[in-house]
Amino acid sequence: MVKPGTATLKRRVLRHWQLYLIVLLPTIFLLTFNYVPMLGVQIAFKEFSPVKGIWGSPWVGGKQFNMFFTSPFFWPVIRNTLILSVYALLIGTPSAIFLALALNEVPSRRFKKVVQMTTYAPYFISMVVLVGILNIVLSPSTGIYGQFAHLLGMNQIYDILGQEKAFSSLYAWSGVWQETGYGAVIYLASLANINPELHEASKIDGASRLQRIIYIDLPSIRPTIIILLILSVGGLLSVGFEKVFLLQNTLNLNASEVISTYVYKIGLVNTNFSFAVAVGLFNSVVGFVLVFATNLLARKYSDASLF
Amino acid sequence: MNQAIRIRESWGDRLLLTFVYAALGFITIAVAYPIIYIISSSFSSSAAVMGGKVWFLPVDPTLYGYAAVFKYHQIWTGYLNSIIYTGAGSTLSVALTIMMAYPISRKTFAGRNIFVWLLLFAMLFSGGLIPYYLVVRNLHLLGTVWAMILPGALSIYSVIVAKSFFQSSIPNDLYEAAQIDGCSDAGFLVKVVLALSKPVIAVLFLWSAVGNWNSYFNALIFLNDAGMYPLQLVLREILVNNNVDTNSMTLSAEQLKHFEDMRTLLKYSIIVISSIPVLILYPFIQKYFVQGVMVGAIKE
Repeated sequence: MVKPGTATLKRRVLRHWQLYLIVLLPTIFLLTFNYVPMLGVQIAFKEFSPVKGIWGSPWVGGKQFNMFFTSPFFWPVIRNTLILSVYALLIGTPSAIFLALALNEVPSRRFKKVVQMTTYAPYFISMVVLVGILNIVLSPSTGIYGQFAHLLGMNQIYDILGQEKAFSSLYAWSGVWQETGYGAVIYLASLANINPELHEASKIDGASRLQRIIYIDLPSIRPTIIILLILSVGGLLSVGFEKVFLLQNTLNLNASEVISTYVYKIGLVNTNFSFAVAVGLFNSVVGFVLVFATNLLARKYSDASLF
Repeated sequence: MNQAIRIRESWGDRLLLTFVYAALGFITIAVAYPIIYIISSSFSSSAAVMGGKVWFLPVDPTLYGYAAVFKYHQIWTGYLNSIIYTGAGSTLSVALTIMMAYPISRKTFAGRNIFVWLLLFAMLFSGGLIPYYLVVRNLHLLGTVWAMILPGALSIYSVIVAKSFFQSSIPNDLYEAAQIDGCSDAGFLVKVVLALSKPVIAVLFLWSAVGNWNSYFNALIFLNDAGMYPLQLVLREILVNNNVDTNSMTLSAEQLKHFEDMRTLLKYSIIVISSIPVLILYPFIQKYFVQGVMVGAIKE
């Protein structure tokens, strides 16, 4: 084996010059829209003035962060963000696993296909349409909820979309409705990879269906579960802006203001860029640390990790 | 073999299977019911809808909701805008994905690790909303079509999926053979790789197209002229903000009589109409998305 010295490296690069030409265009995109914004993060430590620009604005150190940490919005915003994402994760993951395990037990291929086609479909509905459907279906006067409430003679019919207390459930369960079918696909794929001999052998040994699910299926998809969990933990603070923003209204604002909607309002609506970038940076850094911490834990205590 | 299993099926197993069927049946109905309700309502009369008479099938069938959609100009402008943004954006996205994924999938490409790390780091860490916005502003893209196409064009996740596909299904021998025949790197990409990757290209395109069609966020922050709004922002106005701009409907005297019908049913029919493109593609999407998820699941 030739040691990859400078001469061979140069030859390798020259020989494959076309590859570098091909990779140039996407690299420009990557740098422009992913890495240049990272340089812009410095305005979190500056007092941004539009006239002086990102580089010319004066440094102010941690002032913006102090303002955020002592702001009356700090804890409510963090709390709301965590409640929404943890709630969604805690019911979303088990639902997807349950659906996958159940589908995996069904002998009828036709039934399986119908269930999969149906449960998978809402994933392709846009957030705007999803929230539109929620508005219609949960309407206290005309929607499915209102109709059933009247039919059952319920005394109190709530305006669910305007309820502070109902917001987290609304967010999490509409997510279950929309994403469980999609989430199950990944688990089904890893269930399909299980060696059938394992099942055959345990059947001969007299294991019941439930035992096979618990002792064969679940351990087999454990690495997939762990990897997806690590990824979701990294995203805990970046709870989906698109849905929260649309579901937000003045009545539920106390429960629905999350970091991303807060950044949007401070930054793009009130144009207080420096403060908004500080909040956003806090969000990114915590997310980054969380991914690594979870990954470390996963590597230490289980057989799967992301990197 | 099946026979043997069925004989051994115990009482407990059969109970479990019954439970599984019941649970899946319930889930399917719970997922499908709201959709069926919206579709049926869109074909009913506004009196039936407002009176809570629609349970499953349309009541007093009418088409006024759809007539309203056809008369609502903003919806059609939005539809057209969305088609343009989705078509251009997804084509560019697929091109960029392949141009990035192919070189870094090649072992002979010196420096591929640098690119892989650049991609992974950008996936885990971002500058956040405001710096991203400022970049687009400084490039003078705000309020232009380009703001809808360029900033989101490179999808890192797609690059990683395409890279693992190229690595796992384009054998190195093939490349070496082509090289001996005098095929260049670019020639190999165009003549061999693209020809062998049609399914994965379809996945990437559909992926990107569904994402572009459904997104509203970039349009919300980058556009200010309502005439350039994509469909989703028009829908947001109607469905979420409850603003039905009746002035934009040009109605005949006959239609004016059914104005209330049209106003009420618009919300229901617009949901159906806006979902049609994705609905038409759904069988393909379903087939290819599953494959795409599988490809993504293959680890190096």
